[in-house]
Amino acid sequence: MSSQPVAVAPVPRGALSQRVGRRALDWLPALVVLVVVLVVWQESIALLHIKRFLAPQPSAIASTFWDDRGELLRAGWFTFQEALGGFVVGSALGILAALVLARWPRLSRALMPYAIAASAVPIIAFAPITNAWFSPFGKTSKIAIAAILCFFPVFVNTLRGLTSVRPSSIELMRSYAAGEIDIFRRVRIPTALPLTFTALKIATVLSMIGAIVGEYFGGDFNALGVLINSRSATFAFEEAWAGIGVACAFGIAFYLVVAGLERVALRGAPSTED
Amino acid sequence: MGALRRAVVSGATVVAVLGVLVGAWELYRWIWISAGWTWPFVVDDTSMPHIHTIVQALFQHPTSGFGDILIVQLFHAALFTAKEAVVGFAIGATFGFLLGVLMSQWRVLQRGFLPYVVASQTVPILAVAPIVVVYLGSLNVAAWFSVAVIAAYLTFFPVAINTLRGLLSTDRRALELMHAFAAGRWTILWKLRVPAALPFIFSALKVAATASVVGAIIGEAPSSIQDGLGGYIVNFNQYYTLSPQNLWATNIIAALLGIAFFLAIVGAEKVVVRRAPEHVA
Amino acid sequence: MSVVAIEKLTKQFAQGNVVALQDIELAIEPGEFVSLIGPSGCGKSTLLRIIGDLIQPTSGTVMVNGKPAPRARADHDYGIVFQDSVLFDWRTVSKNVALPLELLGWDRARRKTRVDEMLALVELQGFGDHQPWQLSGGMQMRVAIARALAFEPPLLLMDEPFGALDEMTRERLNMELLRIWEASKSTVVFVTHSIAEAVFLSTRAVVMSARPGRIADIVEIDLPYPRGAATREEPRYFELVTQVREALHLGSDLDRAVADV
Repeated sequence: MSSQPVAVAPVPRGALSQRVGRRALDWLPALVVLVVVLVVWQESIALLHIKRFLAPQPSAIASTFWDDRGELLRAGWFTFQEALGGFVVGSALGILAALVLARWPRLSRALMPYAIAASAVPIIAFAPITNAWFSPFGKTSKIAIAAILCFFPVFVNTLRGLTSVRPSSIELMRSYAAGEIDIFRRVRIPTALPLTFTALKIATVLSMIGAIVGEYFGGDFNALGVLINSRSATFAFEEAWAGIGVACAFGIAFYLVVAGLERVALRGAPSTED
Repeated sequence: MGALRRAVVSGATVVAVLGVLVGAWELYRWIWISAGWTWPFVVDDTSMPHIHTIVQALFQHPTSGFGDILIVQLFHAALFTAKEAVVGFAIGATFGFLLGVLMSQWRVLQRGFLPYVVASQTVPILAVAPIVVVYLGSLNVAAWFSVAVIAAYLTFFPVAINTLRGLLSTDRRALELMHAFAAGRWTILWKLRVPAALPFIFSALKVAATASVVGAIIGEAPSSIQDGLGGYIVNFNQYYTLSPQNLWATNIIAALLGIAFFLAIVGAEKVVVRRAPEHVA
Repeated sequence: MSVVAIEKLTKQFAQGNVVALQDIELAIEPGEFVSLIGPSGCGKSTLLRIIGDLIQPTSGTVMVNGKPAPRARADHDYGIVFQDSVLFDWRTVSKNVALPLELLGWDRARRKTRVDEMLALVELQGFGDHQPWQLSGGMQMRVAIARALAFEPPLLLMDEPFGALDEMTRERLNMELLRIWEASKSTVVFVTHSIAEAVFLSTRAVVMSARPGRIADIVEIDLPYPRGAATREEPRYFELVTQVREALHLGSDLDRAVADV
């Protein structure tokens, strides 16, 4: 492709952004949205007489969180451990399976539709079964369901990435008498990394969902999902919402950590965000 | 290769793959029981029933002799869940698409909303589901529609993200061409960005189709809705040690439902999206 | 009235303070076929895009069809062809050619008539219902030309349109282009880095040099039209090719001289 100039106007930057710094200013709209939503939420509960249990005021949730913070954070950590375990196991297996299968690109392409169909199965419906296999009160059953949830997107994306290399790149490597392992290291894996990280980010969210849904069907008293459920059942809704907030917080933090790792790993590559 | 021959080959492959899976299941079962291994979990008739036990269960009456045989009950349950999922999918996909379009056109909207779109999926839907059902119920909304709303919640996310990505990754040279034609923002959107983004959008719709089924099942479970697959899963879970095959059978039906939704999108994609074939190694 | 009138045009790119074009003066009359030829970095593509209002000049005036360049673009006074044919994958060949007509709001019947005319002009009648990827590179480029001329603009801008094609196809398309140019009676500004192409096609060849981009020389090509395969074998053709080549060398010698100082 020639190096012809392409005339598409770049995004103009105002004077303010040049002073405050681009990254800080980038977050301003999100902050504004957050503040507006919190204010509207807080006020409309009172104004519209929405029943307490449906959506307590943010201030009530916050104070409840503060009162129970020890218990909530312990429960969040408990559940997060299940999610993390499932994430690690499922993603590792997914990557391994993809690495093995990528050795035979034609076989991979033949199997790909089945792998994708398998990921179309509502795996969450298997949560009661993993509870039956492993004790419902241990972490293992939740790790299992989270692992299964994480496996498929990571496997499919990694395999796709490993096998979607341009033929000319492979030819180039062969002209250097590069062996399969070299081709993997230098061409296939770098091609797959962005797709794998996309799947890993999705897997962080899926792992938390898996853990909490697993807990719904039976779990330790210390688990966050069980805690939220029991509070809902006893109409302690501010407490339930506080638990939901903690679940969100852990999920977001998990996602951001993996997104941060992605940025480090993909230094120099064109970004998929933005 | 005629279309008929291709279909027969595909069908045969599916049967072969299923055969391999069934064979693997029974083999695993036989090896683990014979050897007495307990890792990763104990294998017996409860944890891994024979495949034929599960299939047989479909044709038996699950509730001591009255009511339809299981497969008929599950079929109706699947239809019920499917209705929730389809409506949820329609709402979620439309909303996700519009959100993606808006975020693509104004960077400030993208910066303002994208973090929350991503964060929205960390809310444990299972915990929020009963609240949504009760609240909408107080507005005289049918319970199934509330579940559809929950399905929409899981559906909008992949569609919004991929629509945004697709609309923003338009070929710069094509954009330059449209500028040369003095085309305005919305013309460029409608005639260039959206058609060019269709492959992205369809790959999201495939994920979204599955998500809508998952959302429907998860929405039903805690909301005491008996008529759908989620309700059956909750029920059979309670009696798992007595009749494990019922839960397994329900799972198989749920799996088929998910795959059916997925295949529907694949079919739609073949009709709507016509692109040059890819060349990959 | 000149179709293109450029006075004191300068273009600087902010990052790195690159002076892409300096003090360009150029007037192009109706019916001309003007080539812009020069080495990489001489700003020929930039100049073309400035004429098309796809890049804004740093200073100077650019009038196209008697109007400022932005107005001319808004009024659809030109069609453009890039090195990549940039056809839309999801549209048939006919619909690709019809694209600018849709943007202009023409009704379906009028569009169909014009598309059929254009496909006949580029000798692709019968390929209207094909998908772009089913066509060869040369055929795709012909579709791009048909699209650029669909609304009969007075001016046609072309940025190395045949650069990605093989020599035989290039020569054939060169002759096609001359035929289309005569039939459409438009004015053409043609960017190329092939001396042979510039001489074969143009009425005038504008030789440019780099660092900074400026016009080194303008060579009048007095070969008679219609030109054909025989033209490439005439003595006058070779003389002009030599003349253009020497103008190019002179331009790059000046670069070196300036750099050595």
